[in-house]
Amino acid sequence: MTPAQAIRDAAIAAAVAFGLFVMLVGLRTDVGPEGGLILRQRWGQVALLCGIVFAGRLAITTLAGRRALQPSTAPGPWTARLQRAGKLLAPALLAVALVLPAIPGIGRYELDIGILVLTYIMLGWGLNIVVGLAGLLDLGYVAFYAIGAYSYALLAQYFGLSFWICLPLAGILAAFWGVLLGFPVLRLRGDYLAIVTLAFGEIIRVVLLNWTELTNGPNGISGIPRPSFFGLPFSMAGGEGTFAGFFGIEPSPSHRVIFLYYVIFALALLTNWVTLRLRRQPLGRAWEALREDEIACRALGINITTTKLTAFALGAMFGGFAGAFFATRQAFISPESFTFIESAIILAIVVLGGLGSQVGVAIAALVMIGGFEVFRGLDEWRMLVFGGAMVVIMVLRPRGLVGTRTPSIALGEKRAIGGDLVGEGRG
Amino acid sequence: MMPADEPPRVEEDGLTRKMTGDRRVHREMILEVANLTMRFGGLTAVSAVSFAASRGEITAVIGPNGAGKTTLFNCITGFYRPTGGAIRLHRANELPVDLHLLPGHRIARAGVARTFQNIRLFPGMTALENLLVAQHVKLMAATGFGIGAVLGLSRYPKAERQAVELARQWLSATNLLDRADDPAGALPYGAQRRLEIARAMCTEPALLCLDEPAAGLNPRESDELARLLLEIRGQGTSLLLIEHDMGVVMRISDRVVVLDHGKLIADAAPAAVQGDPKVIAAYLGEGDEDEEAEA
Repeated sequence: MTPAQAIRDAAIAAAVAFGLFVMLVGLRTDVGPEGGLILRQRWGQVALLCGIVFAGRLAITTLAGRRALQPSTAPGPWTARLQRAGKLLAPALLAVALVLPAIPGIGRYELDIGILVLTYIMLGWGLNIVVGLAGLLDLGYVAFYAIGAYSYALLAQYFGLSFWICLPLAGILAAFWGVLLGFPVLRLRGDYLAIVTLAFGEIIRVVLLNWTELTNGPNGISGIPRPSFFGLPFSMAGGEGTFAGFFGIEPSPSHRVIFLYYVIFALALLTNWVTLRLRRQPLGRAWEALREDEIACRALGINITTTKLTAFALGAMFGGFAGAFFATRQAFISPESFTFIESAIILAIVVLGGLGSQVGVAIAALVMIGGFEVFRGLDEWRMLVFGGAMVVIMVLRPRGLVGTRTPSIALGEKRAIGGDLVGEGRG
Repeated sequence: MMPADEPPRVEEDGLTRKMTGDRRVHREMILEVANLTMRFGGLTAVSAVSFAASRGEITAVIGPNGAGKTTLFNCITGFYRPTGGAIRLHRANELPVDLHLLPGHRIARAGVARTFQNIRLFPGMTALENLLVAQHVKLMAATGFGIGAVLGLSRYPKAERQAVELARQWLSATNLLDRADDPAGALPYGAQRRLEIARAMCTEPALLCLDEPAAGLNPRESDELARLLLEIRGQGTSLLLIEHDMGVVMRISDRVVVLDHGKLIADAAPAAVQGDPKVIAAYLGEGDEDEEAEA
């Protein structure tokens, strides 16, 4: 690229930036000295921003060349390197997650973030089965999260069942609702499936909101029992029959947090283990085949309905587990926690991480949820930062961080398959 | 070799073959199409077509564009539900199966595999994975429908080894063994065609239906394809194919069925069909018919 071209390119970028910032930054309404609204003009800032864009674009094109800005899904040289590093990255992340509570300097706040991140990793992995492997766009995943949470809360409230009994029940109930929703809607494809799942998510929330006799409506359910350590409750009082008393240690509020951390860690690992195992087996391959070409699947004798239903039910089940965990961690739930934005965040994690990639989803959850908490100090600017980050990833890596697919089986060496060949599914 | 208890109904249906006595061993039929009619609204794409494909033979369906070949094919393989008539599969030593009553995925399980005119592989999966997906039904049963395998029960690894072995056999039969770990979407066109046939064969069908397998192949690839199809026939699978490449059709088919405007106009040995005035008229557009000649 000649310097003249580079300057022209940068000028276009600056013009686009001007178009964006002229209204957003250039004009601002403020409260004037007399108490009325006045229009403040900030052309200096606009000029500064356009200048930054111009200089940045010029620097990128001259230093890295225009090629560096092309979107790519194919495994390039650096993805191969990343993949080799990824083989180490996944165990390294796992090891860090395992010893996190023991790392000095990790306090209650950090562990709480860890629990939150792991919950979203688990939800991401659960949704990855439905969206990433089976290629069914589900915009109402939070419904199963809500069903799991309310299952535990209501079973504990009305029948006094413990967390460990309710956890599988919550999963089963969520899977049951997944199948119930799946039967009528899985014949729909693409956009229609997305709309119906979106509606399902809203229906569940609205029912929870309005069925006041059962769910206490918008006031939510409080006093949800905390989990016990194999029958030993965590109590600040200590003494006989509590966790601290049994092990003869000083009672501390961090015991429960650490325990909760390991519970969600184990649940997330279970999700990952089941997914990874199923991917290497006929069911998982059938899901991926379904995402690639539904008609060919039918011609090979695969029952499309039941295969889709298993994906839906399994994804819902893990959502239900996560929901039950959420209820016991918060000790309070209300329909507020299960709005559409939750579905959107989980879906964003899956899409940014790379459909079907377990490591990618984990990293995306870590960055999105963890980053969101860490940058709390930025106030409303963090939305801008995250919006920008998402745009950058989608421009440069349209198929997510890990856009490649690893074959489930190989005669020789397993080679990553470029994202441009892998289907996205049309529902 | 012919079982003594061959159903006499075959003769009564008027589906007797006009072949010479020396081919009697192959006379048993594998597929029976009786009075098949398919209408789309006011359009009758296939009208009262009856024929039978014999076991262990290659039956070709030919006809000008728009003659209803692909519609017929989609009825046989369960992609369309016929408006009228019957399609029956007669597997050796088994009761006939009414294909026209089965849901789509059951037809493959009954023993009918197909390929597509516009190739439908799983492009993001490797050639080997494509062939393993084809063995889904068998493998799924071995995993205890998904649950056993997650828990690590021992029956699955053996079943998978056998499945990989079968896949390897078909990969080498289709000359794709060195491309086994490449994504199907990255294979050259001819290789994709062969892989699709290999995938269909991995379902271990009694009848293999091929929709224009030679479309887009160069003469050398067509020859290879013809050899492959004869090899498949040699292994005891019957074939039904739609084809435009008359070279391939005349060389390998044992029997040719000709459709024109949804009606059956000829059903005979390749040599006889070539000389049939009605067939020539259909292809060359003699009389009132103005179909484009092609072939």
